Amino acid sequence: MAEIRLEQLAHSYHSAPSQPRDYALRPIDHVWEQGGAYALLGPSGCGKSTLLNIISGLLAPSEGRVLYDGKSVNDLSPQDRNIAQVFQFPVVYDTMTVHQNLAFPLRNQGQPRERIDARVREVAEALEIEPLLNRKAKNLTADEKQKVSMGRGLVRDDVAAILFDEPLTVIDPQLKWRLRRKLKEIHQRFNVTMVYVTHDQLEASTFADKIAVMYEGQIVQFGTPRELFENPQHTFVGYFIGSPGMNLLDVALGETGIEFDGRTLAVADAIVAQLRQREGERLQLGIRPEFVQLVAPENAVLHGYVDLVQDQGTFKIVDVRLDTPSAPVVKARLGEEANVPEGRTGVHFPEPWQRFYIDDHLVGVADENL
Amino acid sequence: MKTYNNKAWWLVLPVFVLVAFSAIIPMMTVVNYSVQDIFDPSTRYFVGTEWYREILADPRLHDSLVRQFIYSFCVLAIEVPLGIIVALSMPRRGLGVPVSLILLSLPLLVPWNVVGTIWQIIGREDIGLYGWILNSLGLDYNYASNPRDAWITVLVMDVWHWTSLVALLCYSGLRSIPDVYYQAARIDRASHWAVFRFIQLPKLKNVLLIAVMLRFMDSFMIYTEPFVLTGGGPGTATTFLSQTLTQMALGQFDLGRASAFSLIYFLIILLVTWVFYTAMTHNDNKE
Repeated sequence: MAEIRLEQLAHSYHSAPSQPRDYALRPIDHVWEQGGAYALLGPSGCGKSTLLNIISGLLAPSEGRVLYDGKSVNDLSPQDRNIAQVFQFPVVYDTMTVHQNLAFPLRNQGQPRERIDARVREVAEALEIEPLLNRKAKNLTADEKQKVSMGRGLVRDDVAAILFDEPLTVIDPQLKWRLRRKLKEIHQRFNVTMVYVTHDQLEASTFADKIAVMYEGQIVQFGTPRELFENPQHTFVGYFIGSPGMNLLDVALGETGIEFDGRTLAVADAIVAQLRQREGERLQLGIRPEFVQLVAPENAVLHGYVDLVQDQGTFKIVDVRLDTPSAPVVKARLGEEANVPEGRTGVHFPEPWQRFYIDDHLVGVADENL
Repeated sequence: MKTYNNKAWWLVLPVFVLVAFSAIIPMMTVVNYSVQDIFDPSTRYFVGTEWYREILADPRLHDSLVRQFIYSFCVLAIEVPLGIIVALSMPRRGLGVPVSLILLSLPLLVPWNVVGTIWQIIGREDIGLYGWILNSLGLDYNYASNPRDAWITVLVMDVWHWTSLVALLCYSGLRSIPDVYYQAARIDRASHWAVFRFIQLPKLKNVLLIAVMLRFMDSFMIYTEPFVLTGGGPGTATTFLSQTLTQMALGQFDLGRASAFSLIYFLIILLVTWVFYTAMTHNDNKE
């Protein structure tokens, strides 16, 4: 069990990287504390698996260091790092039984038979695969195999951390939910650091206490699910977290304040003043669909026409096309019982939920409230 | 509305004809010879199992059968492990892959009689590299006069010629193992032996089955190499089954006995191959 620290860690699959694009991971400084349950969330190809493989030692980083409890493990092989990793697709040893599969990592450590047996039973019970223990692993179904793969990660109780690389991809949704609960229980029971890679925000937020969001080889935000929702530090986090993602409008800093398509929006003077001090090329206003209000036309600065209403059962997503020159679509998420206006409507962005981004990074009063 | 007719028979007819001419008719001819004593087309007597009884009691057959089994056993015992070791030590990526594949394929392209001739020269103690080195080391090596040396030379020839085949088959089997298996094994802290035993060997099982059967059948029918090297000598040291058969059929023109012999020969190969196959696949059907 250990704290895992990344220092200026970067990786490129090119032999001679020259530009940021060549890097799968751009320099990262990050700490996973001992005993935490973390998720690493990001779209496919953002470097999640690369980062995981570097932590476990399957891949040597091109730059920077990985430290376990303050000690560099860069030169240690995965065997010597004592770390467990569960892969996206099940890996079982075909010729062994389920019991032998689960016992394998412990046998390799040369642990006594009784201890191995006790651990195997404990993990098999937690994963509900006890009835399978004497079956040959070869003949299991895909989700049973994946449980066995996960079991091999969980069976070692002295590991620095357990890394999960999208482990529930092959599992059907109903079971997915139960297995996630199981993992959470196991985490609480064994108090081991777990890092869970996924591209599914729901999976991340149900499993993890804190989520690291990755985008283009960087961790753009590390925080609780609530922080990611309320104060996305980067436009990507706003867009990626939440369903639907954050509305982002290109705005400009004019004489009178924040202007959008020639209309001045109601924004606190303090924020306008703060934005004036910063430099940058692109200024964006972000607001979550949950906070967008559709009001009577005479009560709003912005107006638009309802384009589309999607009823999701417990809520509705309303697309409003603004009648300004650039005619962007603003999404609003309304309660099931809310009245959806027909035709022309006013659109209001309540000030406490407005977020401003300069070149994709959050600025303004909000970042002082963190 | 479906039309029912027998057109499909025309489609399988070429196969029937081909198999008939390549296998069934020649084999039935042999069966025919093996139960008759034929002097000329009009003078022939049905003798039943007489040839079989005679041949089964023939010490010549016993000797070469024993020789043959020992030889095939040695071939498998050397070539299979050696082929696996070669395959395991071959590079998995980079320029080394095509280079090693070509190098390994070279012996397979050499015709049998050329292999015999090559080793006939290499094994000579005066101008042959192999024979000269052995003799300079103080070993009294002479394949032409020493039965043991001749026997070993035939074995070395086969290993040189055919280990590549086993290695190439195993290499293709190893290549089909996804990287993630090796990664998982490293995470599970498996030793090299455990990786071989639990990941590589299970995946190699199917190609090994093919390799073992091919090498068994081929080595059990070996003819050209010892014939070219020493003509089966010295004495009968390297006279294997096929050569005994040829001597009987063409040397003595003893067609009845030779036919009975070839059928027994054929059944032995069929039986042993079947035993290999069953032994190596019966685990698949369990559970």
